Amino acid sequence: MGNAPETNKTTIGVKGDVHSPLKHDSAYLHVTGEARYIDDLPEPSDCLHLYVAKSERAHARIIGMDLSAVRASPGVVSVLTAADIPGVNDIGPVKKDDPLFADTEVLYHGQCLFAVAAETRAAARLAALKADVTYQDEAPLVSIGEARSASSFIEDEQVMTLGDAASEIAKAPITLSGELIEGGQDHFYLEGQIALAIPGEDGDMTVYSSTQNPTEAQHLIANVLGIPDNHINVLLRRMGGGFGGKETQSTLLAAAAALCAAKTGRAVKFRMDRDDDMIMTGKRHDFEVGWTAGFDEQGVLKGVEFDQAVRCGFSTDLSMAIGDRAMFHADNCYFLGSAKIVSNRMRTNTVSNTAFRGFGGPQGMIGIEHLMDAVAFRVDRDPLDVRLDNLYSDDGRNITPYHQTVEDFVARDLMEELAKTSNYRARRAEIEAENKEEGFIKRGIALTPVKFGISFTTTHLNQAGALIHIYTDGSIQLNHGGTEMGQGLMVKVAQVVANAFQVDIDRIRIMATATDKVPNTSATAASSGSDLNGMAALDAAVKIKQRLIDFLSEREGVGEEDVIFSNNEIIVGGKALKFADVIKAAYLARISLSATGYYKTPKIHYDRASHTGRPFYYFAYGAAVSEVEIDTLTGENRVVQTDILHEVGQSLNPAIDMGQIEGGFVQGMGWLTTEELVFDEAGRLRTHAPSTYKIPTASDRPATMNIKIWDKGRNVERTIHRSKAVGEPPFMLAISVFSALTHAVSGATGHTVFPKLHAPATPERILMAVDAARAEAGQASP
Amino acid sequence: MIKFVMNGEIRTLKACDPTRTVLEWLREDQRLTGTKEGCAEGDCGACTVVLGELIGECVRYRAINACIVFLPMLHGRELITVESLGTSKDMHPVQKTLADLNGSQCGFCTPGFVMSLFARYQDTDPELPKPVNTVLAGNLCRCTGYGPIQETGNTLQPDVSVQSRFGGSQTVSLLQSIHNSDAGEIIYHDTNFGTPRTAFIPTREEQLADLLDEYPGATIVAGATDVGLWVTKHLRNLQTLIFNGNIPSLKGIAQVNGGLTIGAGVKYSDALKQLASLHPDIGALITRIGSVQVRNSGTIGGNIANGSPIGDTPPFLIALNSQLTLASQAGERVIDIEDFFIEYGKQDLRPGEYVKSVHIPALAENLFFRTYKISKRFDQDISAVCGAFSIYLDDGLVKDARVVFGGMAGTPMRAKACEAALIGKAWESETITSACHAMTHDFKPMSDMRASADYRMKVAQNLLRKAFAESQTSGRTRILEAQ
Repeated sequence: MGNAPETNKTTIGVKGDVHSPLKHDSAYLHVTGEARYIDDLPEPSDCLHLYVAKSERAHARIIGMDLSAVRASPGVVSVLTAADIPGVNDIGPVKKDDPLFADTEVLYHGQCLFAVAAETRAAARLAALKADVTYQDEAPLVSIGEARSASSFIEDEQVMTLGDAASEIAKAPITLSGELIEGGQDHFYLEGQIALAIPGEDGDMTVYSSTQNPTEAQHLIANVLGIPDNHINVLLRRMGGGFGGKETQSTLLAAAAALCAAKTGRAVKFRMDRDDDMIMTGKRHDFEVGWTAGFDEQGVLKGVEFDQAVRCGFSTDLSMAIGDRAMFHADNCYFLGSAKIVSNRMRTNTVSNTAFRGFGGPQGMIGIEHLMDAVAFRVDRDPLDVRLDNLYSDDGRNITPYHQTVEDFVARDLMEELAKTSNYRARRAEIEAENKEEGFIKRGIALTPVKFGISFTTTHLNQAGALIHIYTDGSIQLNHGGTEMGQGLMVKVAQVVANAFQVDIDRIRIMATATDKVPNTSATAASSGSDLNGMAALDAAVKIKQRLIDFLSEREGVGEEDVIFSNNEIIVGGKALKFADVIKAAYLARISLSATGYYKTPKIHYDRASHTGRPFYYFAYGAAVSEVEIDTLTGENRVVQTDILHEVGQSLNPAIDMGQIEGGFVQGMGWLTTEELVFDEAGRLRTHAPSTYKIPTASDRPATMNIKIWDKGRNVERTIHRSKAVGEPPFMLAISVFSALTHAVSGATGHTVFPKLHAPATPERILMAVDAARAEAGQASP
Repeated sequence: MIKFVMNGEIRTLKACDPTRTVLEWLREDQRLTGTKEGCAEGDCGACTVVLGELIGECVRYRAINACIVFLPMLHGRELITVESLGTSKDMHPVQKTLADLNGSQCGFCTPGFVMSLFARYQDTDPELPKPVNTVLAGNLCRCTGYGPIQETGNTLQPDVSVQSRFGGSQTVSLLQSIHNSDAGEIIYHDTNFGTPRTAFIPTREEQLADLLDEYPGATIVAGATDVGLWVTKHLRNLQTLIFNGNIPSLKGIAQVNGGLTIGAGVKYSDALKQLASLHPDIGALITRIGSVQVRNSGTIGGNIANGSPIGDTPPFLIALNSQLTLASQAGERVIDIEDFFIEYGKQDLRPGEYVKSVHIPALAENLFFRTYKISKRFDQDISAVCGAFSIYLDDGLVKDARVVFGGMAGTPMRAKACEAALIGKAWESETITSACHAMTHDFKPMSDMRASADYRMKVAQNLLRKAFAESQTSGRTRILEAQ
């Protein structure tokens, strides 16, 4: 099984067919509060509440840990440390360097020391504070610079090369270097991390986990408990947001709750307080990106070198693949001529950074966009023209730094169309003229493209399973390995199944994701949810459908081609049968009405040692224009207008896709503007609550926002109904905001100096960049 | 005994923990799980519920954060949760519109948005503008990017027949029946701490004074937008609490000699109209304090009494030379508000004393006044620097000046050296330059997660420059214009 049908065989659409703009399947449950999240489930009557204690040091030996006061605290039932783990004290998804409980040393401030279960959550929280822990401090490595000085890495330096960049740069008419510091980002899913473990008989364990990766959770819980995977069932109906933050970080809660449930024989719930969630769980990696470019007088690149330094935190987690994806996106839409991309993954005494929408892609991509702005400034051209002149094209300029040929490039079409519809050129001219006049308020504008590679770059993860049951009344249950975190995966896959059977979507019941229904699944990540699970569900549907066709063609004595599924009926040799009647008849004829489905992405391969191959099945594209204004006295700023043209192939569901585009953009805007993670010198996170960590609010959304799905989109690869992934790519449309802010800051000097602005561009960074640029221009600040 | 109205009935809580939050009570005790916990500190709005309060013969509905409101604060009021509005089979127009416009993705923040929009839907006060972004500023959504939610707010046309489902005569009479009821002493034994906890809800100031005399260490709780976090975040054991939200005499706003006298129990939302009429900058500042939910809970008196080094009201109150009335069993005394803030964490409040009211004198004819708030995010953020400038001009000369900042020192503080450099000088750019320089002698600001010391100083100076510029030009000087 591999390929989706090109078109429907039928002419009449069913309710909820593919390509129709259905709202989220749980929308009515969301707005009424009826949608149940894990904390909303009725608690078993014996349910204990678990809490954990945090390390007070970023790097120290644990000399002593006296827990007597914890054990004596009111309501406490059980206290668990590393010594209580029957299996392996590790929850690392890739490498075993991620202990569940710190044992002899602590490696970041906030690291989990032990767990305490009590009759109430309040009792457990209070008790967890009563430990007497003695530390022997060691110097923490907090920043990328400190880790670099100490040669502290999670793996060897990674290098990706195309041609001989050093010599091409040396030969180029112009060379230029620059640096960009990029902050991290907290996921700030509105539903905090949570798990509820319920012990069963004979070592069985059911764990409700708010996770994007139930299979990984199942496996790591089993490891911690020292029992086989088949004893563990991990399930969830939905998360209240994930964004990558529940791909691996959720395991801490699931494993701790399961361990305690196994020890006490009672149900155990572990819900983190928001502050602890932000302190204890990983975030987007912050980067320092240095670059050197060689180019001609028009700004056309001959060679580029990137030096990417990545703060990984104390453990490996997914940092290797995240670092790789940053390298894969260091080119964005541009042919670099020749390239050398060097990546160093720093091990620091900070929380272990993890997956976050884009998975390193945004950090790589903003490097080249920063470079484009700097090069354009250097050659005194509109950055849009320099971008257009450097785009991938057919004439031999279509090889990426990892040697994949770009075969589906549509960014030029998107950019040219968007430049026209947004009136970019006239607005830019007006802004630059106005910026040269008096006034505190300066404006900026930028158009930036996105090309995002679709597939897990760890090739084996590109597989998925599904399980469809049809019951004798004709109602359908749909199971697959994908998880719902708000992105609308469930409704999209249900649409695929509705289309396959040509039944109204109301007939399809979307089931919770559970490891006992569909095993060995990959995380719902890498924007792959619909691509993989949609195909797997289609495979299952096609199997059942074929059984029905065989059954009907034999019974009615017609050819297979004369059995047509159409609008809740099955037309057999011109005779219309109701779907439910056929199902009932099939059951009586002893036809199996349940099937598994499976899918693996074709064509992809990758050699990590040489960093060459075809890691991506295809690319998703988009482009955005943002206009900003800044106050040069205070650094205050806002996005005035954003225009987006985004490509999703042939959308499975335009309403859902629009939501992903807008939401992704605004989240990306937050990363680059107000969302600032501050660690102090001792390695303590100082921004661990919404009072100090500021994600965008309603008024931060650009007052004018024009979003359009590109109407010419079509995936050249045979993906599910020729759609494209949409979860992550739009996040990077927000790079247009950072470029526009850079443009506005240059406006403070009448566009005579290219500013040194880093991300996130907070009011403070903008004001400091304005003053520095003015000093460089020999202008007095007011 | 706490009494409040919920779903058309009077609910009575005989024995409850007075520091139990409304959110905990709803989710854990009542199993009403539609209201969510997102942050437990009043910053994300996932827990938004609506409180109804009797105003004359009508019920006024306002959104609040249930995560930092304690149960005794429900006393005499009506509580409405998302479950009260409708079900998935029979939705309220706010719910239906939000769903149909794709306003939910993960859905976790959604009930909170529904309740904020519902409060706006019920609000019939034509004088208060209700821009949708202002209404939504206290509700964080991480999925949608807000567009469909804004569209919901802009699309909804309140229908009287739907509005009248809430606040009708039956609710009014229920509220009237409990309005002045005496809650008595609320005693709870906290097994986690092994100590009793006592709470009072006085309805008259004399009771408040008597209670403070008897329990000088008691915690006065007004809006709990700060005290709430002592419990939810710091797990503090508050043993005696006095809730002052049911004392009518603390909730008055009066025009006195052209100025305003505002009772300590007046909520920001209730003071907005009159404060904005003093000066548009004050109105703009107030609408950037917290969020709608916070301003519906928080009081002007609480903002003063908690002695925050930042503000946001103290800088402008000091700049306008406001006076504070402090009261106790022994009587009342009036002090200049700037003298109230002694040092970080220490205010001029004697044992048994409470903040009664603040008086803002009329703005003089020759006063040039500005106040600004600088923060990382425009809405619902704590200031890095909050500045207020009162410049008294006489024929182009600065006759007197009050330059006050929050966020620059351990308390909201005047920049005396800066003021000295202004007073007696011509109001011109050379004077501003020397006054900005003088400001470096006034403050040694700190660096923290909100801003560096350098930025704070630079912005404080630049705000004076901005104020000066605004006195000279009518051109555009701000990203956000005062409304």
